[in-house]
Amino acid sequence: MTDSKVKEPLYHIVKRDDISAKKAWRIRITAILAALVVCAVVTMVCTGDNPISIFATIFKGAFGTQRKTWITLQYASILLIISLALTPAFKMQFWNIGGEGQVLMGGLASAACMITLDGKLPGAVVIILMIITSVLAGAIWGVIPALFKAKWNTNETLSTLMMNYIATQLVAYFTIVWEVPKGSGKIGIINQNSNTGWLPALGNKYLLSIIVAVLITVGMYIYLKYTKHGYEIAVVGESQNTARYVGISVEKVIIRTMLLSGAICGLAGLLLVGGINHTITTTISDGQGFTGVMVSWLAKFNPIGMIFTSLLIVFMDRGASEISTAFELNQSFADILTGIILFFIIGCEFFIRYRIRSAKKSKKGVA
Amino acid sequence: MFSLVAFIPRAVQQGVPLLLGSTGETITEKSGNLNLGIPGVMYVGAISGVIGSFFYEQSAGAAGLNGFLAVFIPLLCSLVGSLLMGLLYCFLTVTLRSNQNVTGLAMTTFGIGFGNFFGGSLIKLAGADVPSISLSATSAYFSKTLPFASSTGWVGKLLFSYGFLAYVSIIIALVAAYVLKKTRVGLQLRAVGEDPATADAAGINVTRYKYVSTCLGCMIAGLGGLYYVMDYACGVWSNDAFGDRGWLAIALVIFTIWRPDIGILSSILFGGLYILYLYLPSGTHTEYKELYKMIPYVVTLVVLVITSMRSKRENQPPKSLGTNYFREER
Repeated sequence: MTDSKVKEPLYHIVKRDDISAKKAWRIRITAILAALVVCAVVTMVCTGDNPISIFATIFKGAFGTQRKTWITLQYASILLIISLALTPAFKMQFWNIGGEGQVLMGGLASAACMITLDGKLPGAVVIILMIITSVLAGAIWGVIPALFKAKWNTNETLSTLMMNYIATQLVAYFTIVWEVPKGSGKIGIINQNSNTGWLPALGNKYLLSIIVAVLITVGMYIYLKYTKHGYEIAVVGESQNTARYVGISVEKVIIRTMLLSGAICGLAGLLLVGGINHTITTTISDGQGFTGVMVSWLAKFNPIGMIFTSLLIVFMDRGASEISTAFELNQSFADILTGIILFFIIGCEFFIRYRIRSAKKSKKGVA
Repeated sequence: MFSLVAFIPRAVQQGVPLLLGSTGETITEKSGNLNLGIPGVMYVGAISGVIGSFFYEQSAGAAGLNGFLAVFIPLLCSLVGSLLMGLLYCFLTVTLRSNQNVTGLAMTTFGIGFGNFFGGSLIKLAGADVPSISLSATSAYFSKTLPFASSTGWVGKLLFSYGFLAYVSIIIALVAAYVLKKTRVGLQLRAVGEDPATADAAGINVTRYKYVSTCLGCMIAGLGGLYYVMDYACGVWSNDAFGDRGWLAIALVIFTIWRPDIGILSSILFGGLYILYLYLPSGTHTEYKELYKMIPYVVTLVVLVITSMRSKRENQPPKSLGTNYFREER
């Protein structure tokens, strides 16, 4: 990198052969701590408050009351479900950044069931139809770019991105078709009196998403690690040529994986519309289709690791919005802090994969 | 009802930010870096310019503005802001070899948050006693048209009725096209993007090319944000108003098959598609407008699929796009 012909470089970079999980996590935690320090400095500059009370406010925002804790967990589980949905696609090097659109389509399908079938079918049947249609809608939205990719090798990053906006406009269209009252430009709470299509609350109203998230985490872990499909995904991700050589149909794996990816995103849409918000807007997935990409990558595509990364992101997000409320700042403050943390974690991966050696040491060590 | 003379200037105004964004991204991608942070960079470019001009207007007062400084300060702030974003991207992906997609998305999150945060909180942070950020005095300098625009009828309206950044964007696109295609520097840059290992063996400094082209690309894209807020939006910052133009700019790179000169007309076309819904008849059904807004994205998707179906060799992305280069891993 920095070496020239005459001068001996001051340092050079060596790839680590193997790093113990413990050491890798120590590097990651150091990076997160460093990021938190930078966040505290930035917050101090913006608010003039001292760092300890800033962290107290962040913590209060995320876990201050029992209700806040539940909401944090609920948000984290939705983010976790979306990240898990994207993971199998990433593992085969298919950059699905269309999670946003797939969630929206799932949500749109369940909203459609709730609005059009209210009073015509018994509640339980409506819910079953909602589950089927939302999973199907998400899967269809996910498989369209996959078909293009499999057939013509169309760049999936951009096609999934475009599908997001098409989904957003579809939702915007139906929002006006179904708006209540006319001219308000929004749908409002659907079936407020009959509660048709409202997913049942288990224990308390936050628990359902959390349970679904846990089930999908375990399922995805097993799927990726112990099944034939999971193995095929890993091979395609490592090298498509190898996969073809050993007789795996790459096209089939791409299409099958994106069906699954989209279906789980659709399920997240169902939970958002049927279980949490009971309405649909164009911003219902709130950028989580993008955040999910980072959650998944930060955890190195490991479903168990994603529990922690999604919690970390949601924790910072909710904490930062508490800060912005407390100091009457703009809500986007959370995005800045999240961005800073992401940069640090992204950067620290380098120190996990590589080691920097100074020139003197390496002479003794290598030569 | 529909007047082409009224429509085209509006399409051009919509197209300029897209053109600057896509030219910047093309230069970046030619070095093998797929920068998905461009939407964030454009926000940062816009807000940096706004911050610069906000403080200048505050200190000088709307009447005492010096024309040169009123343009120069926001321009410089905008360039510096987007340059810093470019350096961050390069440091993470080139020096630390991080995943380009993830870094880019994180930059977009950060950049949009940065823009909206300072757009929403600048007044409070600066302790100024104005109700909202409205830089009409500065904006007047940015959107100043050529002197003979109003006197030359429809010709003037079509060709001369834009602020100077619009013409700058076209010049940048032409220069970029020329440099990429005809010069030694362009050839070496393309070599880096196609096959960094071979370029390295030929004695080209891969790291330097990646850094310079990505930072330059970010600065050009940042100007797109500046144009939007200073010229198109008349100096009024409103959160999220810039919308998804950054993503459209990235899509436009594919639409133009990595050629900035094609970008000039295609960005105007895209600008037209972007506002077409205002002109299409929808009667009392306002919901159809939402479907019309889908058009630019559907067109992009169709073009994307068609170019991949034809898969002509000269229309393909740079071969090493999206991958990082590490000499020792050859």
